[in-house]
Amino acid sequence: MQKQAIFQSKLLPYALVAPQLAIVLIFFYWPALQAVIQSFLLQDAFGLSTTFVWFENYVELFRDPAYFEAIVRTFLFSFAIAVSSLSFALLLAVMADKPLRGSMLYRTLLIWPYAVAPPVVGVLWIFMLHPSLGVLSRYLRAVGIDWNPLLDGDQAAALIILAAAWKQISYNFLFFLAGLQAIPKSVFEAAAIDGARPMRRFWTVTFPLLSPTIFFLLVVNIVYAFFDTFGIIDTMTRGGPGTSTVTLVYKVYSDGLLGGNLGSSAAQSVILMVMVIVLTGIQFRFVERKVTY
Amino acid sequence: MVEEEGFRRYVAHFILWIGIAIVAFPVYIAIIASTQDNALIANGQMSLLPGGHFFETYYQTIFVGTSGSTREPVGNMMLNSLVMALAIAIGKIAISIISAYAIVYFRFPFRMPIFWIIFITLMLPVEVRIYPTYKIVADLHMLDSYAGLALPLIASATATLLFRQFFMTVPDELLEASRIDGAGPLRFFWDTLLPLSRTNMAALFVILFILGWNQYLWPLLITTRDDMQTIQVGIRKMITTTDALTEWPIVMATAVLAMLPPVFVVVAMQKLFVRGLVETEK
Repeated sequence: MQKQAIFQSKLLPYALVAPQLAIVLIFFYWPALQAVIQSFLLQDAFGLSTTFVWFENYVELFRDPAYFEAIVRTFLFSFAIAVSSLSFALLLAVMADKPLRGSMLYRTLLIWPYAVAPPVVGVLWIFMLHPSLGVLSRYLRAVGIDWNPLLDGDQAAALIILAAAWKQISYNFLFFLAGLQAIPKSVFEAAAIDGARPMRRFWTVTFPLLSPTIFFLLVVNIVYAFFDTFGIIDTMTRGGPGTSTVTLVYKVYSDGLLGGNLGSSAAQSVILMVMVIVLTGIQFRFVERKVTY
Repeated sequence: MVEEEGFRRYVAHFILWIGIAIVAFPVYIAIIASTQDNALIANGQMSLLPGGHFFETYYQTIFVGTSGSTREPVGNMMLNSLVMALAIAIGKIAISIISAYAIVYFRFPFRMPIFWIIFITLMLPVEVRIYPTYKIVADLHMLDSYAGLALPLIASATATLLFRQFFMTVPDELLEASRIDGAGPLRFFWDTLLPLSRTNMAALFVILFILGWNQYLWPLLITTRDDMQTIQVGIRKMITTTDALTEWPIVMATAVLAMLPPVFVVVAMQKLFVRGLVETEK
């Protein structure tokens, strides 16, 4: 699609795109290119000499069981976060979509966690579930659970998933609500006249009509779990205990900063970039399809 | 309308209140903890009712800071976060709207390649280019500065796309009319297009302000001086690894303060926020 009415000017358009272009080239493309170059280089411990090693950093990475574990862990986290947050948000959205008194108030009270920063989410949850002083830990201990996420890796992982899913409820709720309100009410009425009970109506009418939204949110949630959980992990567990909460993004950070292994960290960045490109691609394919519905 | 029997309606209210309780509980605990005595909390004997240290804790948090790992008062951190969030939100809107204007209203060589160069940055989140970007900012001597905090995050493919989309829907007649009035491209932009984009800009501002306020990884890397610290980074530094030293009431007060501006923006601008959110995701 092109505009018919346009301006004629030789220099002005370049001046207008210049700031955006300058920022993009300096802070996006240049570092991305650097990451790709760095990923082919091997630096000695003191940073005095570098050698070009082709794909050695990548080969090393895939030979490293710790990296493989981080991949599996990241996908498990993402899956757990997405499924728990999406299902709870869908339940709430279906309820809030009903013609209820005070539904605007419900909406307001449910959407604000969107605005809470990941490190703050981490601080809130680690405080509540802290092994020695957490308010909720008392109850866990009372029911016989030996709760100590600072020592037990599985419990630490559960804590991260819980906090990350909590934060994402409001976002998913908003999109589900918008999706539900876009479904014409006559569809439900027709199903009701056909004698479908509410549960049946949900699974045979609402759910299929909502499936584009569900798919869209699934992709968004996976991207969220990949990148935005960094702040939660860093405040709650710092990757520990051991490496039990180290995800791919956290590994890029810790290997580069603490390990000083720039080649490997760069190779990991490049792999992440490929993953983002694939995820964004899926998202756009889907959005295009939705437009033609 | 499909009939809703009384019982089902009660179930809906009940489920929604449970949802709200789950969503609000951590914040309730934070507010309560920020009013209580540190020794009591450290013993694991925190009560679920407010204590009497409200003014004392918040005064110390905002103006003095913790006595331990980071001695920076939170008031100063909030100021840094505010400057960063405003710079990111305003900067993103400013450079996106003019580049979208150029792409929609002019025909010039390399127009589409430039559009794609901007578009592809959608796929390069700061997390994946973190060290090389750090190095560039260091080389430009922008570590520990507001420019270093904001500039690398200022480019926005989504905002550019959004404005482009919106400009496409502006009727051509408007441009022809202002041309007849003798207006040049800058006049048309300033007098006609900008006022029309007001709601779009406002909706986007709400989203981008929150995005900027909540940045964490980037300020964590590029600020080393305590007085340049943002609140998100500061709060993490307050949790020391040796539990005994963590001043939990101050940490919780900081969490509450860190939440206030973005949550206020979301609640106050609910309509704009929802609009902006749904639009930017497309």
